[in-house]
Amino acid sequence: MLRNVIIREIKRLWRQPIFWFAAIGAPLFCYVFFLTLMANGLPTDLPLGLVDEDATATTRSLDRNLDAFQQTDITAHYPNVTEARQAMQRGEIYGFYYIPRGTTHKAQRQEAPTVSFYTNNSFLVPASLLYRDMRTMSELASGAAARSVLYAKGATEGQAMAFLQPVLIDMHALGNPWLNYNLYLSNGILPGLLMIFIFMLTIYAIGTETKEDTARAWYNAAGGKPFIALLGKLLPQTVIFLILGAIYVLIVYGYLRFPCLCGIPTMLGAVWLFIFAAQGLGVAMYAAAPTLRLALSFASLWGVISFSIAGISFPVMAMHPVLQGLSLLFPLRHYFLIYVNSALNGWPLLAAWPFLIALLAFALLPVLLSRRIYRVTTTMEYVP
Amino acid sequence: MHNRLKNIFADFSRCALGNFLAEGRTALRDQGVMIFFFIVPLAYPLLYCFIYTNEAVREVPVVAIDNDRSAQSRELLRNIDATPDAHIVAYAADMEEAKAAMQRREAYGIINVPRTFAADLAAGKQTTVSVFSDMSSMLYYKAVYTSALNASLKMNAELKVERTPGATQEQARVMDHPIAYKDISLFNPQNGFASFLIPAVLILVLQQTLLLGIGMAAGTRRERNPGHLLVPAGLQTTNPIPFVLGKAAMYLLIYLPLAIYVLVIVPRLFSLNHLFVPHELALFIVPFLLAAIFFAITLSGLIRHRETSIMLIVFTSVLLLFISGVSWPQSALPAFWRTLACIFPSTYGIHGFVAMNNAGARLSDLTAETAMLWLQTAIYFCTACAVYWQALRSSKDIGTAQPGE
Repeated sequence: MLRNVIIREIKRLWRQPIFWFAAIGAPLFCYVFFLTLMANGLPTDLPLGLVDEDATATTRSLDRNLDAFQQTDITAHYPNVTEARQAMQRGEIYGFYYIPRGTTHKAQRQEAPTVSFYTNNSFLVPASLLYRDMRTMSELASGAAARSVLYAKGATEGQAMAFLQPVLIDMHALGNPWLNYNLYLSNGILPGLLMIFIFMLTIYAIGTETKEDTARAWYNAAGGKPFIALLGKLLPQTVIFLILGAIYVLIVYGYLRFPCLCGIPTMLGAVWLFIFAAQGLGVAMYAAAPTLRLALSFASLWGVISFSIAGISFPVMAMHPVLQGLSLLFPLRHYFLIYVNSALNGWPLLAAWPFLIALLAFALLPVLLSRRIYRVTTTMEYVP
Repeated sequence: MHNRLKNIFADFSRCALGNFLAEGRTALRDQGVMIFFFIVPLAYPLLYCFIYTNEAVREVPVVAIDNDRSAQSRELLRNIDATPDAHIVAYAADMEEAKAAMQRREAYGIINVPRTFAADLAAGKQTTVSVFSDMSSMLYYKAVYTSALNASLKMNAELKVERTPGATQEQARVMDHPIAYKDISLFNPQNGFASFLIPAVLILVLQQTLLLGIGMAAGTRRERNPGHLLVPAGLQTTNPIPFVLGKAAMYLLIYLPLAIYVLVIVPRLFSLNHLFVPHELALFIVPFLLAAIFFAITLSGLIRHRETSIMLIVFTSVLLLFISGVSWPQSALPAFWRTLACIFPSTYGIHGFVAMNNAGARLSDLTAETAMLWLQTAIYFCTACAVYWQALRSSKDIGTAQPGE
C-alpha cells in the first residue's frame, strides 16, 4: 500500500516543472549563490575617502598606511569635508578620514591636535569594519608618537608599553577567531531557504490533491489509511531533501571547513532532523489553513520571518519578550541553537536537548494530523 | 483620416480602460491577490520594525572570574558592569565554572582577571585580562569587547595620571595621545539594526508583493482561459500596448498610496530616519514602481498556475536583499552577482531609498540610480508588451471570438 502511494506520488511530481524547480534547481542555486557571494569571508577593499587638509609628509604616510589595510581602500581624496560627506550620501564611500590643517605642526609642538573619522552606519557591516581600521590607524599613529617620546626619555619597549597601556584586553572570539561573517549567513540562511522549499513542496503536494480533485484516488492507493497516505506522499520528497541536506553539510563543513567541532556526522544528523521538522510543520500548516493558497501564504510568512526571529544576525535576547516566546515556534531557531551548541562551541549534544526535543515534536506532528489532513482534503472543495 | 485616428484612439482607450478595471476587480475580489496587494504591505513592515525595534543588544550577560580579588580588579569589573553593553550576572571560581554557565546559555561572555593583576600594576608591568565571547552573534562579540575595552581604557588613563608625578590630566592626555582622534558615526549613530535593515526591507516588500500579486493574477487567468492563455481566446487585436498600460495604471494606482504608507508613515511610526525631501522621493519612487510593475508583468508571463507564483518568488527576497548591497557591501560582491543585480528594480530602489531616507541625499545625487530605473521601466515595458503580444497572437489563432475581459 505504502509502495503504491509512493509510486503514485513520484509519477505526480515527476511531470510538474515546479517540483523540479523547488526541490532541486532553486535549492542548488541558493547554495551556489551564498557560497560564492561571500567567498572571501570578510569584505576587502571597502571604499573610503580621505580629506587631507594638512598635506605633509606625515599625513601622506598615514594615507598610505591606511590604504594598506586589507579591508580599506582609499578610493578618493576630497578637498573638504562637505564634498566627502556628499560622496558618502550618494553611497560612493562608506566613510572618510579627516586630517585638519596644521595637524603635523601641532603634533610636533605637543598641542594634541584632533583628527576625526566618519562612517555611514546605515551600512552596518562595512561601517564597522572601516571604523575598526581607522581607529587602529589612529591608535597606531598616536602610539608611535607617544612611544618615541618615551624612548627618548630612556624607557625600554616593555616599560613604554606598560606605561601607555597598563591593562591590556586579550579578546578571544570563541569558535570564530577570524570574525568570519559568512559563518552566520551560511549556517543560518541556507538551512532557512531549504526549509522554505520544504514547507512549500509539502503543502503543494497535499493541496494539489484537492485542487485536481484526486484526493480520493490518493487515499484509495493507500487502502484508505490516512497515515500511510501521508507518509507515502512525503517520503519521495524526504529522500530528495535529505540528499540536499547532506550536500549542504558536506560543502559547508567538509569542503569549506567551517567550524564543526562536533564532527560532520552530528551536524548531518541535526540537518536531517531539521528537515523532518520542516516537513512536519508544513503538514501542520496545511492542517491549520486547508487551502493551497492560504497554506502557501502561511508558509511564506513563517519562512521569511524565520530568518529574523531565529536570531542569526540580531540576537533573540534583544527582542521583545513576546517575540522571544514566539521564536520557539520556528524550527530554524531550534536548529540554529543546536548548530551553535555543537558545531560552533563544541559542547556536548546533550546540552542542546530542549532544541532536539522541539525539532522532534515538529517532526512528529504529521502523526497527529494525518486524520485531519484526510478530512480536509477529501471533504473540502478547492477554493481559488 | 481624422475619423480613423479618432477611432483608433477610442478603441485603444476602451481596451486600456477594460484592462484597468479588470485588474481592479481582481485586486479587490480575489482573496489570494488581496493578501499580497494589501495585507502583506500593511502588516509586514510593522512586524519587521517590531522585531528590530530595540536596535542594539544591551546588557549582554557575562560571567566574571576574579582570580586576584584586589581593590583594582574589583574596580575594573565594576566598570565593565557599569557599561551599557555588558552585565555581570555571576562570579565564577574558574574557567570551567564560567564555561558551564555559557553552556547553560546563562552568559555570553567571560572576563578572566589574572591572579597577578594588582601586583603587575604595582610593579609597573603590563597586565593582560582575557575576555571570551560567544560567537553565535557578532553583536555579542561587539558588546562584550566594547565594554571590556572601554573599562580598561578608563583605568589606563587614570593610572597614567597617577604614575606621572606632578602631571596634570591634560599633560597625561597629550602624553597618551599626541594626536587625538574622534569617531563620528553618521546617519545611524546608535548603530541600530532597524535603522540599517528596515529601509531595504520596505523597498523589497513593495517589489515582491507586486511580483507575487501580479503573478498570482496571471496564473489564475491561465488556469481559467481556454488554451491556458494570459488573455481570453479569440481576441481580434494584436496590439499589446493598451493591455499592458491599462493593467500597469491600476497597479500604480494601488501602489502609490501603499508606497506612502510603507516608505513615509512606517519609518515615522518607529522613529527611524526619514531625511528625504517628499517631492524628490516621489520623483524617485514613481520610476521604481513602474519598473517593478512592468518587471512583474513580464515575469507573470512565465507563471502557469495560480499558486506557483508563491513558490517561485518568495525565496528570492532573501537573495535580493543580499545582492542589493545593504547587508553585504556592494564593493565586496563578486562581479557576476553585481551584474545580475542590475536586472532587479529593487537594487536601485534600495540604493536610492537608503541614500535619501537614511543619509538625506538629494535627487541630484542619485541621477545614476534614477536613470537606471527609467531604463528598466523602458526595457520591461517592451518585454511586458512582447509577452502580451505573444498571448494575443495565440488568442487570435484559437479563434471563436469571446467578448473582451
